[in-house]
Amino acid sequence: MFLTISTTGTAERPATDLGFLLHKHPDNAQRFSTSHGTAHVFYPEADTERCTAALLLEVDPVALVRRGRGKGRGGAPDAALGNYVNDRPYAASSLLAVALSSVFSSALKGRCKARPELPERAMPLRIEVPALPARGGAELVVRLFEPLGWAVTAEPVPLDPGFPQWGDSRYVRLVLEGELRLAEALRQLYVLLPVLDDAKHYWVAPDEVDKLLASGEGWLEHHPEQRLITSRYLARRWSLTRSALERLELVRLAEADDTEVEEIDNAVDERHDTEEKPVPLAVRRREAILDALRSAEAARVLDLGCGQGQLVGALLEDPRFTEIVGVDVSMRALNEAARRLRLDRMGERRSSRVKLLQGSLAYTDGRLRGYDAAVLSEVIEHLDPPRLPALEYAVFGAARPRTVVVTTPNVEYNVRWETLPAGRARHPDHRFEWTREEFRGWARAVAARHGYAVEFRPVGPDDPEVGPPTQLALFRLGAEASAGTRTETSTGTRAETSTETHSSTTTDTTTAKETAA
Amino acid sequence: MTTAKRGLAVPDLSLVVLIGTTGSGKSTFARRHFLPTQIVSSDVCRGLVADDENDQSATPDAFDVLHYIAGKRLAAGRLTVVDATNVQPQARRSLIGLAREHDVLPVAIVLDVPEGVCARRNAERPDRADLPAHVIPRQRRELRRSLKSLEREGFRKVHILRGEEEVAAAEVVTERRYNDLRHLTGPFDIIGDVHGCRSELETLLGRLGYVLRRDPLGRPVDATHPEGRTAVFVGDLVDRGPDSPGVLRLVMGMVASGAALCVPGNHENKLGRYLGGRNVRNTHGLAETIEQLEKEDATDPAFRERVREFIASLVSHYVLDGGALVVCHAGLPEKYHGRTSGRVRSHALYGDTTGETDEFGLPVRYPWAEDYRGRAAVVYGHTPTPRASWLNNTICLDTGCVFGGRMTALRWPERELVDVPAERVWYEPVKPLATEGPGGADGRPLDLKDVQGRRVVETRHMGRVAVKEENAAAALEVMSRFAIDPRLLPYLPPTMAPCATSREPGYLEHPAEAFAAYRADGVREVVCEEKHMGSRAVVLVCRDEEVAGERFGTLEGVSGALCTRTGRPFFDDPAMTERVLRRLRGTIGHEGLWEELDTDWLLLDAELMPWSLKAEGLLRNQYAAVGAAAGAAFPGALAALESAAARGVEVTALLGKQRERASDAAAFTEAYRRYCWPVGDPRRGWPGEERETGRRAVGARGTDGLDGIRLAPFQILAARGRSLAALPHDQQLAMIDRLIEREELDVYANNSICAFTPTYVNRLLAPTRRLVVDTEDEASVAEGVRWWLELTEAGGEGMVVKPLQGLVRKGDGRLVQPGVKCRGREYLRIIYGPEYTRPEHLDRLRERHLGHKRSLALREYALGLEALDRLADGEPLWRVHEAVFGVLALESEPVDPRL
Repeated sequence: MFLTISTTGTAERPATDLGFLLHKHPDNAQRFSTSHGTAHVFYPEADTERCTAALLLEVDPVALVRRGRGKGRGGAPDAALGNYVNDRPYAASSLLAVALSSVFSSALKGRCKARPELPERAMPLRIEVPALPARGGAELVVRLFEPLGWAVTAEPVPLDPGFPQWGDSRYVRLVLEGELRLAEALRQLYVLLPVLDDAKHYWVAPDEVDKLLASGEGWLEHHPEQRLITSRYLARRWSLTRSALERLELVRLAEADDTEVEEIDNAVDERHDTEEKPVPLAVRRREAILDALRSAEAARVLDLGCGQGQLVGALLEDPRFTEIVGVDVSMRALNEAARRLRLDRMGERRSSRVKLLQGSLAYTDGRLRGYDAAVLSEVIEHLDPPRLPALEYAVFGAARPRTVVVTTPNVEYNVRWETLPAGRARHPDHRFEWTREEFRGWARAVAARHGYAVEFRPVGPDDPEVGPPTQLALFRLGAEASAGTRTETSTGTRAETSTETHSSTTTDTTTAKETAA
Repeated sequence: MTTAKRGLAVPDLSLVVLIGTTGSGKSTFARRHFLPTQIVSSDVCRGLVADDENDQSATPDAFDVLHYIAGKRLAAGRLTVVDATNVQPQARRSLIGLAREHDVLPVAIVLDVPEGVCARRNAERPDRADLPAHVIPRQRRELRRSLKSLEREGFRKVHILRGEEEVAAAEVVTERRYNDLRHLTGPFDIIGDVHGCRSELETLLGRLGYVLRRDPLGRPVDATHPEGRTAVFVGDLVDRGPDSPGVLRLVMGMVASGAALCVPGNHENKLGRYLGGRNVRNTHGLAETIEQLEKEDATDPAFRERVREFIASLVSHYVLDGGALVVCHAGLPEKYHGRTSGRVRSHALYGDTTGETDEFGLPVRYPWAEDYRGRAAVVYGHTPTPRASWLNNTICLDTGCVFGGRMTALRWPERELVDVPAERVWYEPVKPLATEGPGGADGRPLDLKDVQGRRVVETRHMGRVAVKEENAAAALEVMSRFAIDPRLLPYLPPTMAPCATSREPGYLEHPAEAFAAYRADGVREVVCEEKHMGSRAVVLVCRDEEVAGERFGTLEGVSGALCTRTGRPFFDDPAMTERVLRRLRGTIGHEGLWEELDTDWLLLDAELMPWSLKAEGLLRNQYAAVGAAAGAAFPGALAALESAAARGVEVTALLGKQRERASDAAAFTEAYRRYCWPVGDPRRGWPGEERETGRRAVGARGTDGLDGIRLAPFQILAARGRSLAALPHDQQLAMIDRLIEREELDVYANNSICAFTPTYVNRLLAPTRRLVVDTEDEASVAEGVRWWLELTEAGGEGMVVKPLQGLVRKGDGRLVQPGVKCRGREYLRIIYGPEYTRPEHLDRLRERHLGHKRSLALREYALGLEALDRLADGEPLWRVHEAVFGVLALESEPVDPRL
């Protein structure tokens, strides 16, 4: 809401030239109506030696909320949360950047009718932004401004002095000092304030790329953080168009629970698993799953907990998989999967092989019956342990595919991840990570209860000490599956055999073999 | 007209197939005798798909449409008339197939009109003028060939109208289906399988209040109820037991006199075939019956034939009491109710034993009752179970009397069970009596169909409550990924509407509005309850782990649950939950509430404090951040303005306003800080209670980790077998007060110098301050307002005003809001922003629309009550979960979140 621009001067070059540059007379307080509230410009000091211009934007909080609603709920993704009580009226946010560009538009363009020579001149500048929202903290602020020739002071603002344990807020008190042309300084602020803010309360117009190019002229092209600046500046566009609709119901549920929406709406991990940079282990995992499915001669396959559809995509590549059903509980993940798979542009023959459904393994689901195989890839660890029996029943008891492939992290391997702090799970939503023994114990018990045989396979490098990073269990219905001589023809006898398996204890591959020997 | 009227009988649910050549007058006939919406015409369908009713090339598509429409109508149970020539057997075959698919009777009405008449009529119609001349003769040939075989093709009734006169004289008479006894409203006494246990049947009829009439030999031949009740037998009167002829004599007499209805069981069916001279195996107790019947021949040789006729006359199932009750022998899925076909009869007699196997070779077991979602109660027998209990609105009354169990009857509509024990084991069971479904009433796990998509939940208190698809989708994600085990989640609290917006200067909410609203609804006594600023918590506390395991199916080590308003566990660490439950359980036990309420578990609605415990993320990122930004921005801005003013720049108004804004922002920070305090610090209890805990050294004895956590229960929602939601709030709070006092004594004893308990404890339970207000009494209302002002000015969040009586209805029978909140002026800064009290903001904020929030609050309330009622009635898990899930789904409806 507030920033000051100061300069110093001499008798020949009085500091009050700032007034000419900004087109605002130092002896008047002026007010301007902008799209988000009233902007005031006044000069706390103005003499030959020192001149300071202050910009104060009074954001109208009530109108801000109404704007969000008026635009329709699709227009402001988190209109339901945060807009009501938010920092916009106080922080030097993207709204202040917009005000800056409209109030000082000539200065920003480097025009000064009265003194055309002034804008060309570099001058000593001191810019103070007392409450600058900065995602990335003071350190990023320095990285963004220092290469532009500023001496940067960025002090973090504590969240609440009454609760020191809460630590620092995302605001910094910023002071920039340097000798620059004013237009350049203003254009840098115009771009970098929203980049640091990184909030979604900013209405992005289609011409945003042009604006960025125009404002970045002369400084952005050589900036070492150019990529970060451009992606953050433009990224907001994507988040607006993509995630607008499906999140709102979840936003409201988060709100009902005094929870941040990120805690609930986290099925799509945007940061780690992107299309451009798939995690290498994920590729190995897919290969292992495909191998298992091929060896089981499965053609009609369920991907339970399909997430963003990576495995579904891989299955589509192999025509032997004639029917692929991706199931996930998150609508957001399913929409993302449909987008990544380009379902709307896929040829009919191909798209007829794939189906995406919202479903939940906390419930039995008639639609999942009668498939050759089901895959639960990195799914079980996202469930609280008390709810695993329901999943077990839904998959092994009710859906009952001939083959089930389950993968889950091997927690023993975590010590081999250099970047993973000890004791930390690989993903914030992991409710547990199992050792090989824990996983095997669970899998054997499940197999015994439901008449499956189970074998285990490593995924990724099988470390002699801690095992592979991912563990895979391959379940096959019926005890005879374990010996690898499955008979798939005589249905009558199979029925009997599988009933027997319920009561027998020899379901694990190894045990079965031992018994046979 | 010279010909007398001729009635054509048509069952009220059937597929009527008109048969006649083009021009024979089918459409005219259909219009005359049936509703326009009952008629599906091939010409119209041709027009629908081809814009031309006579475009023969569109015929296949037109018939697809015709079948589709007719199918939808039949599935919905509506009489349907097919207006097409239908002169070819293959056209009729597919219609008969359609009728069978929907288990309705196909009826043929043939319009056999001379060629000349048809040709003349067609010639009069310009659109058919160019019909080739050979068409009518060909169709007529086909028709004539068909006439004799219509019944063989499968039509259950065939009406042939020969010539124009007969067509004109015909009159369609709809007749009720045999199984349709919806007009009979009872009351009924439905009696389970008898199997020749005449003596027990006499005793049971006596218990039910029937008066037996006996023949000169002393044998009962009829029984009537003085209040005119009707007995309904679910079949299997005979076989295995000692006196099947005696049972038959009595039941046949009751049916003949109108005192009883009877549906056949599989045993009657078999006996009927035996008596009809068919070859049947004398197994499963038939041999005993045959022997008994042979003895009968000596005294009453005609009895055998009467039994045969009686069995032949039985209808496989009945729909009774306006459609609310279906009685049959072995159960019936909803789509078969009131239908007539071979497979309906077979299901009614034998249940679903199709002998199919699935693709894995496992026999298909069809637990139809588990899937049942129908509105009609289905009462049946056939499968001996140890105890009759409701499952999805179905109940099996066969409690194995002949095997030494009991004979059971159900009073309808009272839904009371009456039973008598067997006098002895009359027939050794092959296997001991056991419930078929695993886990009894809760045997079926939750199914996605219970919750997914657009759904309508029937509630006792508000009728049908709809859940939209997108809301169900969001709830599914939260319920599946974050909620606790649904078995431990029998309730979610409803949202609450604020009071009407106040016009009082400086206030958005003011209690005067709440009192006025309840007065207008005719509620006199209301209770104002202090609103605790914590997080809503639902607490399920069981007397011990065993109770939790038995009643709620929990795993070892779990004795209840503590969850948030969206069903998430309150604590990430289950041990913390157990610690809270242990404390609570101890207090309940010491106070004797288990015995007093005759229960071994309680469900409590409560507020858990501090707010910062659960909402710390939100506090830090949303609230504290705003305070931090304001705190950083204002000093600089104010200093700059002051300097400018000192220079003589005119900024007085601006400066004044910014000073006010800065002070509003500071007030905002103060407002949220009140609801935050650290937990787990043994020296701290409740703010203000440090004195109590500070008296002695704690470190040496450790703590139970609950220090600083406070639970304020304000309602006991349910106990074993009953919902307490309608218990008046003063009685509720009185019980809760006792718990709080008891805990205070326990804590004092525990912490006293001479106690040797290892743990120092702070109090867990927090009281809820309150005041009862009479909305009709001005002084009392003024007192209420004053109480609220004091409460909120001292930093309180506000209050909730509830009708003292709990569940209250308006004059028009609609539910009154179960409570409205009146939030304090300072607290609302957290909701509406630091500066909301500025007049220019307040005026605009007053335009808030409360309608949707109020409706939402009532709908969620009704669903919550429904969940508690279903829980109390011992309904299966999916039924309780359906209502709970509904509350969660509604919470995702778009409504102004500041309300």
